[in-house]
Amino acid sequence: MEMARTMTETKVAGTAPTEAIKFKIKMSGRGVNVHYGAKHALKTVDIDIRENQVTAFIGPSGCGKSTFLRCLNRMNDTIDACKVSGDLKLDKQDIYDKSIDVVQLRARVGMVFQKANPFPKSIYENIVYGPKIHGLATTKQELDEIVEKSLRGAGLWNEVKDRLLDSGTGLSGGQQQRLCIARAIAVSPEVILMDEPCSALDPIATAHVEELIDELKSKYTIVIVTHNMQQAARVSQRTAFFHLGVLVEEDDTANIFTNPRDERTQGYITGRYG
Amino acid sequence: MPNDHIVKSFDEELKRLSNLLARMGGLVEAQIATSIQAVAQRDGDLATSVITADSRVDELERDIDDQVLRVMALRQPVATDLRFALGALRIAADLERAADYAKNVAKRAIALNQVAPLRPVHAIPRMGAMVREMLKDVLDAFAARDVAKAVAVWNRDEELDEMYGSLFRELLTYMMEDPRNITGSTHLLFIAKNIERIGDHTTNIAETIHFLVTGVPLRAERPKGDGGNFAVVGASKPAE
Amino acid sequence: MTDATADTPPAGPLNSSDYAQRLKKRHDAEWRFRAYGLGAIFIGLAFLVTLLYTIVSEGAPAFLQSEIRLEVTFDKAEIDPSGSGNIDDIMKADYAAMVRRALRDQLGNVGNDRAARAAAHRLLSSGADLQAREIVLKDRTAIGQKRDIWLIADGDVDSFLKGSISRDTPEDRRRISNQQIAWIEKLQADGRLKARFNTTIFTRGASANPEMAGVGVAALGSFMMLVITVLLALPIGVAAAIYLEEFAPKNRFTDLIEVNINNLAAVPSIVFGILGLAVFINFFGLPRSAPIVGGLVLTLMSLPTIIIATRAALKAVPPSIRDAALGLGASKMQAIFHHVLPLAMPGILTGTILALAHALGETAPLLMIGMVAFVVDYPGGPLDPATALPVQIYMWSNLPERGFIARTSAAIMILLGFLLVMNALAIWLRTKFERRW
Repeated sequence: MEMARTMTETKVAGTAPTEAIKFKIKMSGRGVNVHYGAKHALKTVDIDIRENQVTAFIGPSGCGKSTFLRCLNRMNDTIDACKVSGDLKLDKQDIYDKSIDVVQLRARVGMVFQKANPFPKSIYENIVYGPKIHGLATTKQELDEIVEKSLRGAGLWNEVKDRLLDSGTGLSGGQQQRLCIARAIAVSPEVILMDEPCSALDPIATAHVEELIDELKSKYTIVIVTHNMQQAARVSQRTAFFHLGVLVEEDDTANIFTNPRDERTQGYITGRYG
Repeated sequence: MPNDHIVKSFDEELKRLSNLLARMGGLVEAQIATSIQAVAQRDGDLATSVITADSRVDELERDIDDQVLRVMALRQPVATDLRFALGALRIAADLERAADYAKNVAKRAIALNQVAPLRPVHAIPRMGAMVREMLKDVLDAFAARDVAKAVAVWNRDEELDEMYGSLFRELLTYMMEDPRNITGSTHLLFIAKNIERIGDHTTNIAETIHFLVTGVPLRAERPKGDGGNFAVVGASKPAE
Repeated sequence: MTDATADTPPAGPLNSSDYAQRLKKRHDAEWRFRAYGLGAIFIGLAFLVTLLYTIVSEGAPAFLQSEIRLEVTFDKAEIDPSGSGNIDDIMKADYAAMVRRALRDQLGNVGNDRAARAAAHRLLSSGADLQAREIVLKDRTAIGQKRDIWLIADGDVDSFLKGSISRDTPEDRRRISNQQIAWIEKLQADGRLKARFNTTIFTRGASANPEMAGVGVAALGSFMMLVITVLLALPIGVAAAIYLEEFAPKNRFTDLIEVNINNLAAVPSIVFGILGLAVFINFFGLPRSAPIVGGLVLTLMSLPTIIIATRAALKAVPPSIRDAALGLGASKMQAIFHHVLPLAMPGILTGTILALAHALGETAPLLMIGMVAFVVDYPGGPLDPATALPVQIYMWSNLPERGFIARTSAAIMILLGFLLVMNALAIWLRTKFERRW
């Protein structure tokens, strides 16, 4: 049953190792179109997102990368004028199907936002909110365990273990963003979507988050939107370049940054765009 | 390059690198020409001038290394820019090796002056002219990002190898005829070998050009020994 | 590089004398604007100070009340002839005679002339007998005893003591006779006539005599209406705002509702009064002058303001918080009630309290529903007749007696005090609930 989802990829000659790598497709989009009112924001996007890899979406502002990211956990549902068509699947299940509960989908496909947005509550409450509403844990002991596990997972435990009851908004920017990641992994998602998670962070905080992303990919499938091409190069295995609502090119990150096939990709990543 | 970078100073730095390479290429071409001339005309002074001028080639290589380092550190080039910076580094190294061989030719020219002139020496200017032609073409190909021209140079190396082979056989016969010719012939043989090595470095440069324009190494297109046509290289057109 | 340290700046458009002039003009314009602003603030402050000074200077005397201390004998035979403490007997007893006797005893030589006795009796307020009765009602042991009590003096005595009635006015045009002045001076000399802090104004209801009139009934009426308004307007307004802001689809119909709500906030309040009269009193048959009708009308009036304030507060919550909750898989309602609403709470409470403060000061619609009534007794419930503070002020301001002029200002001060307390509460709630995000 996994056959249809399992592919073998031979890397383009010229990139480092040329052995065949097996991987599973976690999410896939076929012919995805998004309209914002009269605006055609995404045009027939076909993409596969591989399990336990980091896929980066890059492209100039307004190219549709964030829009597509928000399609993956149906965050676009909150916008009235947004119409999504096409085929978007999570493990072979159409996520826009009537039978899919968006609440459950968002638990399976977590999200971390551009601006660190901890709830103005304690660090502890920030983490346990998700598990509580989904009923994943009830006793104090279970919740405590989840809090420690999530904070350790986000590399934040040692920094905050003595002040779990302090406000989450009192942390530094980088810590807040890692708190948001911890909050996202507290509900044990399968996919984590990150929308420019480091755009407001300094280089050191960025490095911490990038290191975290690298560690997280062994357990989760990660999709990250970034304006910082070096970041895409550093953290991702696959890179997709969006331009004017079109998925121009999707390839191994190493290929994209050494030998992109499309001229638009080339122009964008070398700084000749526009 | 098709359109320029948004950051103009980046373009200027890349242009500076191109200029340094062009200057180094010109200098190496001249070094080779002069050393061949020194052999052909048995001119010790010319030979000495080649040996002293070699330090200028080394200096230019260091300049290019510095410039590449600078571009890498400050601009974090990717894709074509990255391949260009890497290519510049490799081309500079090849040119420097070629200049070293020219210097070696000059040194042997001085040694050859100590013995009587040999008949097969007439082949050296022919080989020299050919390798100079190749080097000139490959530098032009680099300046114009002309893959077809670079591949043509790459293919011509076979011809140079053949010339070396026939000279090698001629010198062997010559040495067997009269053992007194051995000293001079050996020097000639090494000179010919040096020129042949310059040709090899020229093909290296051609390969580098192919890589930096297309992003794919030349060898992958045509395994060695396959005499195919390289005029059409790869599906992807260079991003010009 | 040595040139850079030269004293003269390099010539350029930013160093020309033209530029210096333009720069000066710009600075002048800025200075003038600040002067206008300061001037506007000072003018505003001057008006405020004048207003407050007028009100306080007129109203302050009303907080002092001239009272006469008399030794009143609570005659057992008169109050409780049967000795059984029958409440009807106690209520019916002639307390006026008792306090008058005490007054005459105090004054000494009043004489038996009816006119002279009547003049002496006029020193005491006509409500003095009520005070005496209240003492008995509170403490039955007073029956048959002699008690030293403070009784309210007549309004004219009060005015005379406060200087509103001049001694220099000819006697025939003065509201107080020379004989009365002599008695007043005697009582003062004995320490029996004094200006004491006025509790009447806070506790009593409407009265024809200024010295016996208070805002107690009106304050209770206002309080009842406010409670009704809070209980109705807050939940309805907040719920409507949440629905409109978060759930309602954006279409022509909701646009229409939005425009209407904004317009309702600007509708003159008297229109709400007419509506209340037509709907609540004439159609539903609720009693006139009742706080419940007033509360309903004020609810209608405050709703648009509360809805607008709540929507603004909800809009002001950063969308990132909503996203965070939704991104974790919270349902829309969970996101709103767990995260958005608590963050919007300070704004909602501030808006609500300001709307209530506005409602508290509202007069016009209450006039329409008959709350402009002469109510002496405290209302027992929201269906009993009552009046409201601003209406009480309006009524007193129409009365000619000197005492009522002072009481009008005093009532205004009390109302302003209530408003200040409510605004302070709004500020306190805002700072208490405000969180950083």
